[in-house]
Amino acid sequence: MDSIVDATIENIAVAQLTNLEVFSGVLQLLAETDRDIIVVTSDSRGSGKLVPFGQKFPEQIIEVGIAEQNLVGVAAGIASTGKKVFAVSPACFLTARALEQIKNDVAYSNNPVTLVGISAGVSYGALGSTHHSLHDFAVLRTINNLIIVAPADNFEAEQAVRLAAETDLPVYIRFGKKSMPLLSAEKSFEFGKGRLIREGSDLTIIATGETVEHACRAAQKLEREFNLTASIVSMHTIKPLDYNLLSEIAASDKPIITVEEHSIYGGLGEACASFLIQNNFRNRFKIIGIPDEYTVTGSQQEIFNHYGISEEGITKTALALLGE
Amino acid sequence: MSEKELAQKSVEYRKKILKYIYQAKAGHTGGSLSCIDILNVLYNHTMQVDASDFTSPDRDRYIQSKGHTVEALYVVLASRGFFPESDLDTLCKYQSHYIGHPTRKVHGVEQNTGALGHGLSLSVGTAIAGKLDKKDYRVFTVLGDGELPEGSNWEAALSASHYKLDNLCAILDKNTLQISGPTADVLNTDPVDKKFEAFGWEVRHVDGHDIKQLQDAFDALPFVKGKPSLIIAHTIKGKGISFMENQLKWHHGVPDPKQYEDAVQELDLYGATLVSA
Repeated sequence: MDSIVDATIENIAVAQLTNLEVFSGVLQLLAETDRDIIVVTSDSRGSGKLVPFGQKFPEQIIEVGIAEQNLVGVAAGIASTGKKVFAVSPACFLTARALEQIKNDVAYSNNPVTLVGISAGVSYGALGSTHHSLHDFAVLRTINNLIIVAPADNFEAEQAVRLAAETDLPVYIRFGKKSMPLLSAEKSFEFGKGRLIREGSDLTIIATGETVEHACRAAQKLEREFNLTASIVSMHTIKPLDYNLLSEIAASDKPIITVEEHSIYGGLGEACASFLIQNNFRNRFKIIGIPDEYTVTGSQQEIFNHYGISEEGITKTALALLGE
Repeated sequence: MSEKELAQKSVEYRKKILKYIYQAKAGHTGGSLSCIDILNVLYNHTMQVDASDFTSPDRDRYIQSKGHTVEALYVVLASRGFFPESDLDTLCKYQSHYIGHPTRKVHGVEQNTGALGHGLSLSVGTAIAGKLDKKDYRVFTVLGDGELPEGSNWEAALSASHYKLDNLCAILDKNTLQISGPTADVLNTDPVDKKFEAFGWEVRHVDGHDIKQLQDAFDALPFVKGKPSLIIAHTIKGKGISFMENQLKWHHGVPDPKQYEDAVQELDLYGATLVSA
C-alpha cells in the first residue's frame, strides 16, 4: 500500500504535515479497501482533519455530537462487532470526561477501539488549562489493557495509525497540531519499541511526542557549542514501555533526561524513573515536563520555552546534569 | 416456551437467584427479583441467541446496563446452556470468574458492565454497527430507574433516535427503589415516558411481572419503524417474596437461613398453584 509519508533522508528536518493530517490521510487510504474502518467523532470532524474522510466515506463516520462519554461507549459497541473503530476527540475531553468509558467499555471489556486524542498536551496554547491535556499519560497508564502512543513525527504517526488498525487491542494515540519535521530516516516502528533517532556518547535524552523535535535541536546545539553528543530516543510508546532499551541506555551510566508535553507527575519521566530505580540503575536523571501548576498563558512554543521544553531549556538541563 | 411454562421458569429462576446469593452471602437480591421476568422472556421467548453459536454475527445482543443484578443474568444464562449451573457455586468466591457484575469471562455475557450509565451507549454502538452491516439482529438492554440520572444515558438516548435505531430496545426496570430510598425522592426522573418520547423514542408501559404483557411488547418491536423502543416495565423490587417486596433493605440484603427457607417455601407454594392452574 502507498505510504503518505516520504520518510527519506532528503526530507528530514523539513516541516511536513501535522500528524493529524497524516492520521486522516492514512485512514482514507485504509478505508478505500476496508469498509470496517469506522470513525466516531464528537463534533471533532474539522479539528480532527476528518472532513475529507467524511466526504469520501459518509457511511463510515458516525457523529455523536459533543458527548464524549457517549462517543467512547458507542465506539466500544461498534468495535464489539469486529469493526476497526477510531474514536476522535480533543485529548483533554476524551481522556478526562470519558475516562470511565475508556476504563470499562474499552479497556476492561477489551473492545479494540483506537482512542485518538487530538490537539494534545498544550497544543491549544492560550486557550488555557481547560483545553490542555497534561494528565492523560498518568491516568491512562494505570488502566490495564491499553497501549499508549505519542508519535513524534509524520512517519511515526502513519505507522501508529496503521498498527492501531491492525491490532486487536485498545490503543490511545495522542496527536498535537503542529506541522512536524521528519526526525529520522529509520524505518522501523513497533508499539513498545523506542526509536533511536540519534546516537551520542555523553548522555541520553528520552523524549516523546512533539517534544522529540526539541530534544533533537538541543542535541545539535550541545554538539555544536559544547562538543557534547547526546543520544536521542523517541519513546513513542508510553505503555508498554521499552524496558529493554531503557536497560541498555542506563547500562552506560551516562545521565538520562526525559522530556514530555505532560505533567512531570505520572508520565514518561516517572515511568522511566520507576523502572530504573527498581532495577538498581543510578544514572543521574532529570524529568523535563510541565510542573504541577496551571500553565502560563502562551502559544505551545511559548509554554514550551517557559518550562524548558525547548532547545535552550533542554540544553541547559543537560549541561547542569553533566556538571558543565 | 408457552406463557405458563415461562411463568414456571420465573419461579425456578427466583429460587436459583436466592440460592446463589444465599450461598455467596452477597448479591443484589431485590433488583434481581425485579428484572428476572424480563430476562426470562427475553432469553426464552424473544431473542435469537444460542450458547453453541454465541459468536454468530447475526445473534441478538443483550447488554445489562444495571450490572449489579447480575445474579438474574447468570441463572438465565446457565439455564440456556451457556455454562454449567454448578459454576455458580463459585459466585463471588476467590478467583472465580463469576463476579458480582457481568463480565465477558462468563460465556454469554456481551459486555463488562457494573458502573451505571454505560449500557445504553454500548447498545447504541452495537445497533449502529448492525445498521451499517444491514444485519437483522436486535439489541436489548435493561436499565435501572436509579441509574437514569447518569447523563450518559441521555447522550445515548439522543443518539439512538438520531440514528433511527429501531433495532434497539431498552427496557426500564422501574422498581422505584434505589439504595438510599425511593427513586422519586432521591432524584425524580418522572415523567420518564415523556422524557424519552421527547428524545425521539417510542415508549410503552407494561407490568414487568406479567409474562403475557412482556411477550406482547417484545413481539410488537419495533413499536415504530425508524425509532428506538423503550419498554417501561413497572416492577416490584424483591418481587415474589412477600417480606422482601418493596423493602429497601433487600437492595443487597442476603437472607439468613430462616429467611431463605421461608422464601423458598413461598416460591414453592406459588409454583404449585401454577402447575395446578
